[in-house]
Amino acid sequence: MVARPSGRKANEMRSMKAKVGIIPNADGSAMFAFGDTIAIAAVYGPRQLHPQHMQDPSTGILRVNYDLLSFSVSERKKPGPSRRSKEISQVTEWALSPVLDLRAFPNTVIDVQIYILQADAGTRTAGINAASMALAHAGIPMKNLICSVAVGKLDKDLALDADNAEEHYDEGEGHTDIPLAKIAGTDEFTLMQLDGKIPPEMIKDVLEMVNKGCEEIYEVQKKALKEIVE
Amino acid sequence: MSSMDITNLTKEKLTSMFNAGKRFDGRGLLDLKDFEVEYGVSNMAEGSARVRMGKTEIIAGVKMEVGTPYPDSPNKGNLTVSADLLPLASPRFEQGPPKFNAIELPRLIDRMIRESGMIDLKKLVIVEGEKVWTVIVDIYPINDDGALVDAASIACVAALKNAVFPKLKEDGKIDYHAKSDERLPLVETTIPLTFTFYKLGDNLFLSPVREEEEACESKVTLGISKLDGRYMINSCQKGLSVPFRQEEIEKIVKLLPEKYDEVMKTFNKYLK
Repeated sequence: MVARPSGRKANEMRSMKAKVGIIPNADGSAMFAFGDTIAIAAVYGPRQLHPQHMQDPSTGILRVNYDLLSFSVSERKKPGPSRRSKEISQVTEWALSPVLDLRAFPNTVIDVQIYILQADAGTRTAGINAASMALAHAGIPMKNLICSVAVGKLDKDLALDADNAEEHYDEGEGHTDIPLAKIAGTDEFTLMQLDGKIPPEMIKDVLEMVNKGCEEIYEVQKKALKEIVE
Repeated sequence: MSSMDITNLTKEKLTSMFNAGKRFDGRGLLDLKDFEVEYGVSNMAEGSARVRMGKTEIIAGVKMEVGTPYPDSPNKGNLTVSADLLPLASPRFEQGPPKFNAIELPRLIDRMIRESGMIDLKKLVIVEGEKVWTVIVDIYPINDDGALVDAASIACVAALKNAVFPKLKEDGKIDYHAKSDERLPLVETTIPLTFTFYKLGDNLFLSPVREEEEACESKVTLGISKLDGRYMINSCQKGLSVPFRQEEIEKIVKLLPEKYDEVMKTFNKYLK
């Protein structure tokens, strides 16, 4: 086993923080943090969808925007959408949508805005956790919450919720990043991404590790939803 | 055929056929389409290839430029992958700013190539920290009949294998007309490929034709290669809203090496 640069155990996540109701103007809002990675999310809607041709008379639609604030990373991020942020916005939308039932809101949109205040790896997963709570806070009909965390692989060993220093691990097989999201309390995965090197036979262990992490995240999310700050 | 969404009727028909293990073209659900590779699409490119996979046709070309390294990797050359979903190739593709598919395709291929370590980027340095080669891989579909990403992965690897450096003139500029016989610094044994698994109802299928692809409710693209004789998954991205169950994911990763070997059996003939 390689020792994690963070000193954490293989299946130990960073300390989590969650808060619901942080943006009074929004219909729902939340903050979620994995250690030094902080994401905030706001939900507006259901509201009239423009442009009109995008309206769906059979259901409301979900629209997600994810981005980093310019000063959330070491080299200033140029404001405005990038290909990376467009891709993360889309996979986040797909990660969240399976738990929503928007048929009661035809022709409307639910806008989810996710921004990263401080990035120390795991921004998309923190953003999904925040957005999931914000949707619940907004009272959108949901089957359950979505929980999300990444598994890292440092050389040949798995490490749950890697931070930025761990993402730069470059010994042996280096670092592999595997962000996942699932519907709480099920075996259904709604986000799956991977970058790096991992033998197929290790994927089962990755999923088991995420299952454990998501159980902890779910508790943090539920607790925050019971203690809405506004 | 217009570029409208698939009809419920087609989707229902496909679901019931898939439930019975049948497809329009007689293949099994996990059978791949046959493919062929051709080199030399453009003699102005540093390398190029065309892949025909069923009725899907796609071309990839490599151009080389001299550029500056990224600040965080002064000892590495650059790789850029781009794609343009030409309206020439499908009634579904439209002129205008790139839609999500056009953004996602090159990103999936970029990660497959980059993470496999197929290109030794360190060997693309001309002057460390100052001047490096940039390898640009451009992808153009010519006819989209489904499974574009997987066809693109073959075309891009073939184009890279086919590519040679242009000559550098004494003033440091490139003479594109004088090709060297020097191939790109590729790791001989590392051949990455992508496999996209599609899901409709409880059925998983591979290598769809257009109607099948349009009917799918979810999909996941995985990049795979071999490192020191071991299979390695290098990239993965799930698309669309329907979740994958844990057992489905485990089934997919188990099938991957087998499907990889199957494609390599054909692809190796073109790589000699």
